[in-house]
Amino acid sequence: MSDLLDRQLLFVTGKGGVGKTTTAAAIADLAARRGKRTLVCEMDAKGAMASMFEVSTLRFEPLEVQPHLWAMAMNTEDSLREYLRVVARIPLVGRIGPLARTFDFVADAAPGVKEILAIGKICFEVRERHYDLVVVDAEASGHIVAQIDAPRAIRELVQVGPVRDQTEWMLSILGDAQRTGLVVVTTPEEMPITETIELVGKVQSTTEVDVAAVFANRVLPQWFEPAERAVFDRLCEPAPQALLAEAVGARVSSVFHAARLAESRRAIATEYLARLRESLPVNVPVHEIPELFTKASGRRVVSLVADQLRTELP
Amino acid sequence: MARSSKYSLADLLSAKEMVVVCGSGGTGKTTVAAAMGARAAATLGGRVLVLTVDPARRLATALGLGAVGNTASQVPDTAFTEAGVECRGELWVAMLDTKAGWDDLIRRHAPDATLREQVLANPLYRNITGRFVNSHDYIAMEQLHDLHASGRYDLVIIDTPPSRNALDLLDAPGRMREFFGSRLLKWLTVPYRSRLFTVASKPFYQVADRVLGSRFLQDIAEFFILFQTMEAGFVQRATEVERLLTDDRTTFVVVSTLEAAPAREARFLADELRRRRMPLGAMVLNRTLPAGLRQPAVAKAAVKLREVAADAAAVRELAKTASSRPAQVRDVLVEVADRFRDVTVVAGREAERRAELETAAPVTAVVPTLPSDVHDLAGLLALGGHLLGNGSR
Ligand SMILES: Nc1ncnc2c1ncn2[C@@H]1O[C@H](COP(=O)(O)OP(=O)(O)OP(=O)(O)O)[C@@H](O)[C@H]1O
Ligand SMILES: Nc1ncnc2c1ncn2[C@@H]1O[C@H](COP(=O)(O)OP(=O)(O)O)[C@@H](O)[C@H]1O
Ligand SMILES: [Mg+2]
Ligand SMILES: [Mg+2]
Repeated sequence: MSDLLDRQLLFVTGKGGVGKTTTAAAIADLAARRGKRTLVCEMDAKGAMASMFEVSTLRFEPLEVQPHLWAMAMNTEDSLREYLRVVARIPLVGRIGPLARTFDFVADAAPGVKEILAIGKICFEVRERHYDLVVVDAEASGHIVAQIDAPRAIRELVQVGPVRDQTEWMLSILGDAQRTGLVVVTTPEEMPITETIELVGKVQSTTEVDVAAVFANRVLPQWFEPAERAVFDRLCEPAPQALLAEAVGARVSSVFHAARLAESRRAIATEYLARLRESLPVNVPVHEIPELFTKASGRRVVSLVADQLRTELP
Repeated sequence: MARSSKYSLADLLSAKEMVVVCGSGGTGKTTVAAAMGARAAATLGGRVLVLTVDPARRLATALGLGAVGNTASQVPDTAFTEAGVECRGELWVAMLDTKAGWDDLIRRHAPDATLREQVLANPLYRNITGRFVNSHDYIAMEQLHDLHASGRYDLVIIDTPPSRNALDLLDAPGRMREFFGSRLLKWLTVPYRSRLFTVASKPFYQVADRVLGSRFLQDIAEFFILFQTMEAGFVQRATEVERLLTDDRTTFVVVSTLEAAPAREARFLADELRRRRMPLGAMVLNRTLPAGLRQPAVAKAAVKLREVAADAAAVRELAKTASSRPAQVRDVLVEVADRFRDVTVVAGREAERRAELETAAPVTAVVPTLPSDVHDLAGLLALGGHLLGNGSR
């Protein structure tokens, strides 16, 4: 899967809270460390990407957060302003404020308009080759298809007009598997795994975007080899526990309880990972990112995850 | 566990008629909503309805939630008996169906059959109802209103959709109401030709025409003209639904784990609820480390265990009682002791967040991570036991 970072546009999606922003930041960090001019864009305006790179806020205007790496936050109003200026050539910049709010309202109601403003900006950066790689911290799995499929939806819904005219070149970028890929992040739990499998199916059957990889995040470490597991189970029995309690104190039972709990969660996770691998098409690789046990946050976490990715993405 | 000396979650559920369960996705909202319902039906009695949004498939199957939208079905008493619990009341479950919810609204508010069919057949209708004014959230609140008003249930517990923003849920009825009063809707629904002469809206239309094309804009306008015929009904309803959220008989339960992002969201939600005078009844801290593991004495035991692992004589004796090879016993002890550091890191993180969240609501209930997922009634009742006590109180 060395070709993941050779693409020009990666969308990172997944169920809420599974680690989309973390993974998107880590992919971008890894690419930048390999010398690629990289742009990472947060779509959901939650501000999480800013804390990944320990800056106060991100704006529409990209900010260089480390060598070769720029970060921005999507904003449909700014995107509309840029579109009007660059493409439609309407010099309305001064009056756009209230106008954009009104426009926002229509865009909210009219299917695909907001999405196309966002996706249009992203595709524009790719087309103009301002960067070697654009990593998008995209919408969660429930909304991602509407987002990446917006140009096609618009093309079908709108018969004629300037919006429709814009969709063709976007589609040629989005549908090109050499250039564009979707990365789905999941955790090894029931709902995220089920959603991932469904999403991959839906993306493959209804959109032209290629599913590049699935990242299973927060995989718990395996405490024991299978043979050790049997020894552990025997050590949990009353006689050895009594001996241990004598040597260590009564709290030793809590230490073993923690190990048992972690092992059973890990065993469940292993089943879900097996199900994931079985259910995905063979050409979609699954990479694992371990659970990090650290007090750190921000850049430190990003680089720890990027280190893990480096071993997965030679 | 809810401390029984104080006001507890059981007291809250006995006193209220509507419970809105909210919080970040994946924290256990659906599970907690169902578990509260199951325990409330079993021990407090009465007719309890849980309206779920997105149950995990196995849980849905176990509760008998098929593909059927919006209709409630009862979990049979025998299911409780099989789980080893006697059910004093009745547990009903239903699944939220947004599409059916919208169609119902249109049927209710359309002034006549022709308009109704026109709206339902409009190509923009599905698309628009799927996204505007936080459609899922509004329909969830609307259903809560309906179910409560039906008078069929003593307690309605509603699970909420995974929103992009926690406030969407609270704001949904207000937004729906405002939508009809908005200037934009007025502009959009002015006949197309005279619109071009309205000075105020002129720049908007110039831009919108250039960007969207006048044809598309006209399609949108036509839809809203249809929609506007239902204004009175919609506005009245939205106002009633909104009132429900501050009603004395309603309470909010916020579910969170002790991880950074959900905890931040939970605190934010708690603050916003207070600001809006919507009653936060309880905070449920779910999927936490079992209480015993957080104590410093346990961490010390892990350190001591590491020393025992280095003591050859002690390891030999243990190996004998556990009929294993000493080398293996040593490796296992080392692993158990070393890995406990991971647990300590998590415990430290959790303690901090817990302190921040514990004071947010009158009741705080703490539920440990269970050894397996919750996908049947027995699992729900077990989890509900942590929430409400197991009935022998
Ligand atoms: N491998 C990991 N080990 C430990 N913690 C992790 C790991 N990956 C992510 N996290 C933590 O999980 C939390 C959620 O991560 P993140 O913000 O990346 O998720 P997200 O999918 O972008 O969430 P949202 O849906 O809200 O946008 C963060 O606190 C993050 O630090
Ligand atoms: N206390 C708990 N211990 C173990 N697993 C839990 C616990 N609470 C919830 N779960 C599991 O976590 C997953 C997500 O729960 P769910 O209720 O669907 O979350 P939400 O509705 O907030 O998205 C489910 O697989 C559920 O079985
Ligand atoms: Mg995020
Ligand atoms: Mg849910």
